[in-house]
Amino acid sequence: MKKGCIIIPCFNEAKNIARVIDELSPFSESLEIVVINDASTDRTSEAARETGKATVLDLPANLGVGGAVQTGLRHAEKAGASWAIKLDGDGQHPPSAIRDLLEPIISGQADIVVGSRFLVDNSGFRSSFIRRIGIRFFEYLCLLLTGKRFTDPTSGFRAYNKATIRFMARNYPTFDYSEPEELVLASKSGLTIKETPVIMRERWSGESTISSTISVYYMLKVTLAMLFIYLRKADKPGKSEADRCSLE
Amino acid sequence: MLSGIERIQIIALAGSILFMAGVVELIRRKKIKEAYALLWLIFGGIFMLFSFWKNGLDYFAGIVGIYYPPALLFLILIVAIILILISYSVIISSQNDKIRILTQEIALLKAEMEKREKTDQGED
Repeated sequence: MKKGCIIIPCFNEAKNIARVIDELSPFSESLEIVVINDASTDRTSEAARETGKATVLDLPANLGVGGAVQTGLRHAEKAGASWAIKLDGDGQHPPSAIRDLLEPIISGQADIVVGSRFLVDNSGFRSSFIRRIGIRFFEYLCLLLTGKRFTDPTSGFRAYNKATIRFMARNYPTFDYSEPEELVLASKSGLTIKETPVIMRERWSGESTISSTISVYYMLKVTLAMLFIYLRKADKPGKSEADRCSLE
Repeated sequence: MLSGIERIQIIALAGSILFMAGVVELIRRKKIKEAYALLWLIFGGIFMLFSFWKNGLDYFAGIVGIYYPPALLFLILIVAIILILISYSVIISSQNDKIRILTQEIALLKAEMEKREKTDQGED
């Protein structure tokens, strides 16, 4: 049995996904590459299957990134994975950093590790100016709600330990883009979050799914969701029997 | 004999009877589930009651400080619509969760099936 899962949520990444999987193939002996195809309209699923190295989960309807990630976490839980890595299907996240992300998980220092592009000195891809303003906004909102500073709250490059997989398979904030929400939820639920520096790259091909027209809506929605996660009573990862939705 | 009844009351009464009949018919034809028709029937009933019970309308209008009692009917109507719409938001959100869980389950089951088919072929 493979010890861990690499979760890759994808929407229309046919041009990138095979290359992402190829890059990960040195790891494919020891861990399962799980591609969650979020009802893409292009050949994402076929491209991922043709590599022969990935488990492909085809969602029959588009759920958004959060719902896709949760599918991957549910799969990881079912497969009994000891840890999971989540990375984007567009080539932004270098596989060489996986070891750094996993190190605090394996040594038990953290439940969640977030790869941060802002902890490295001025190298790698750091997003556009406008987006960096958005990222700063979420950084301060996270600081306000959790009392902790996360330099890269929207980073999708993350590692989870077994307890977190189990907890997030049930409680993952699933509406669209949920990275900052995830931090507030995890922190509120008593999970330890650590950041580690990662030099990120620009997406290889195609457009980001967050276009500028919907980004104001996205900011408002995520802000509201973060506030309410903060206000709600936290589900503790330990009390898994009392979970709201049973997934078995 | 109808002198004590204002025209708006007659319209409201006729309207609410038609409305109630419509809702009942939709439930009978199984186009609306009883649970979702409950709010419509409750507010339809209240609306009908105040349409012909003029003294009651005057009394309650006086309590909330409405000088033109039939305006209370509109207030009831607006409150009813807001409550029903909010209940729809609740229902939509819960259905959203259920659809998400089902969608995920389908993807997980399909992958499981493919895996089994592959191992079965390997054994043959």
